[in-house]
Amino acid sequence: MNAIDLTNLDIAYGDTKVVFDVNLSIPEGESFALVGESGSGKSTILRAIAGLAPDWTGDISVMGEARSHHVDRNVSRKVQMVFQDPYGSLHPRKTIDAALSEPLAIHGLGNRGERVEAMLTAVGLDQRFRFRFPHQLSGGQRQRVAIARALMLEPKVMLLDEPTSALDVSVQAEILNLLKRLRREQGLTFLMVTHNLPVVSFLCDRLAVMRHGRIVEIADVAQLKSGDLKEPYSRELLAATEGG
Amino acid sequence: MAAPLLTVENLRVSFPTHTGRVEVVKGLSFTLGRERLGIVGESGSGKSMTGRSILKLIRKPGEVTADMLEFDGVDILSQSEKQMRAIRGARISMVMQDPKFSLNPVMTVGEQIAEALVTHQKLPRRDVQARIIEMLHAVRINDPERVAKLYPHEVSGGMGQRIMIAMMLIPEPELLIADEPTSALDVSVQAQVLDIIDELVRNKGMGLILISHDLNLVSRYCDRILVMNGGRVVEECAAGQLENAQHPYTRGLLAAMPVINETRDELPVLDRTQWAGT
Repeated sequence: MNAIDLTNLDIAYGDTKVVFDVNLSIPEGESFALVGESGSGKSTILRAIAGLAPDWTGDISVMGEARSHHVDRNVSRKVQMVFQDPYGSLHPRKTIDAALSEPLAIHGLGNRGERVEAMLTAVGLDQRFRFRFPHQLSGGQRQRVAIARALMLEPKVMLLDEPTSALDVSVQAEILNLLKRLRREQGLTFLMVTHNLPVVSFLCDRLAVMRHGRIVEIADVAQLKSGDLKEPYSRELLAATEGG
Repeated sequence: MAAPLLTVENLRVSFPTHTGRVEVVKGLSFTLGRERLGIVGESGSGKSMTGRSILKLIRKPGEVTADMLEFDGVDILSQSEKQMRAIRGARISMVMQDPKFSLNPVMTVGEQIAEALVTHQKLPRRDVQARIIEMLHAVRINDPERVAKLYPHEVSGGMGQRIMIAMMLIPEPELLIADEPTSALDVSVQAQVLDIIDELVRNKGMGLILISHDLNLVSRYCDRILVMNGGRVVEECAAGQLENAQHPYTRGLLAAMPVINETRDELPVLDRTQWAGT
């Protein structure tokens, strides 16, 4: 079964169409990257799957089930999103405990205390952080909390929108290791947006290069590693990264 | 080499907190000729504070002390605000991180660049206009006449940063401090912007201090690199010699970066015990 299927997907914000005719299938357990310059529509695709950009046509299905245009509790149990900026994505006046318990309360799940404790351990945070506020945490710790919150509902698919670009190099390494370990332990599927090709090489199996709202190339990560990308634009991106 | 352009000896910057003064730069020394120096470090390493203290931009209650902070024979620390104004922009200028916050939203691009120029030089209006167009050309903006009439919200991030550079370079300073000039930009645009800085710095024989968290980027564009951590320089090396870096912190940073042809299953992580609580 495919974790994510996008068929003839067009996405618009108001009158402006930003994503055109995207077709993409991501098998369960795969880690897939969307790369491209700002404004190429990569984050918009994640937002549409998560239900944050409701103005789309075509088909989106997650774990074999079509997504509606509304808030969809079934889908949120299956797919969760982690945002770029850990400073902006946590409520400043809620403790870590409250932030992690909220999805459980919304979905009427019990055992909240134990689940929160277990999740903090899973993302490598000490229990003493449980009743702190976001401003008392460093950037890397906050991103760990954001990942923990996304995992609270035990989703099968994670949408990662530039999860490490706001972090320092050494913290980025920690978060990338964490994501890799979680994926292995929980059998997750990743759909990740990034402009950092080395990160793709470390974490992903396949990638799609986007430009002006369209996918221009889908390639294996092996092709990326050997520099064997076909489209001129993909090569340009690769060259910019390598400084060639 | 002639007398250095900038000499910094035992620079210290501190801020008061309720547990006493905290030093963010702890005794930094370096000299700079007409060359390209890179300062690299992670958040909180004091790299930006170093850049700002050279321009005396650190306000109370922050405190800057140094045994020597001399720019071309001028002792920066003893200059009054008024004297500093003659130096800032005209002789040392600074490109900041994000063009969105550094450009005046209610002035056109042309007006802002003109302001940077006429503050320091008296020129007939026609010459000012010609200089602006020429400068916008130099930062590779096609159609400079049109761009000069635009407002900052009408230009892209990459173009905004090029306009910032034009603004900073038009008074022809001797030293340019670029504080993370490209971290708000796309990868594909980053290289362009840095190439422009690089070319202008070389052609005009200026000094450049490039402050960044990106080791690779700095090694590509600088002659010499200072690696900072916790307010101190932990390593100084020539840009080409980065692979041979000795200090464990530099080595850790290099190893923690994924590469395009990644084969490691797990990235090595820095031992953070020395920064308690992180």
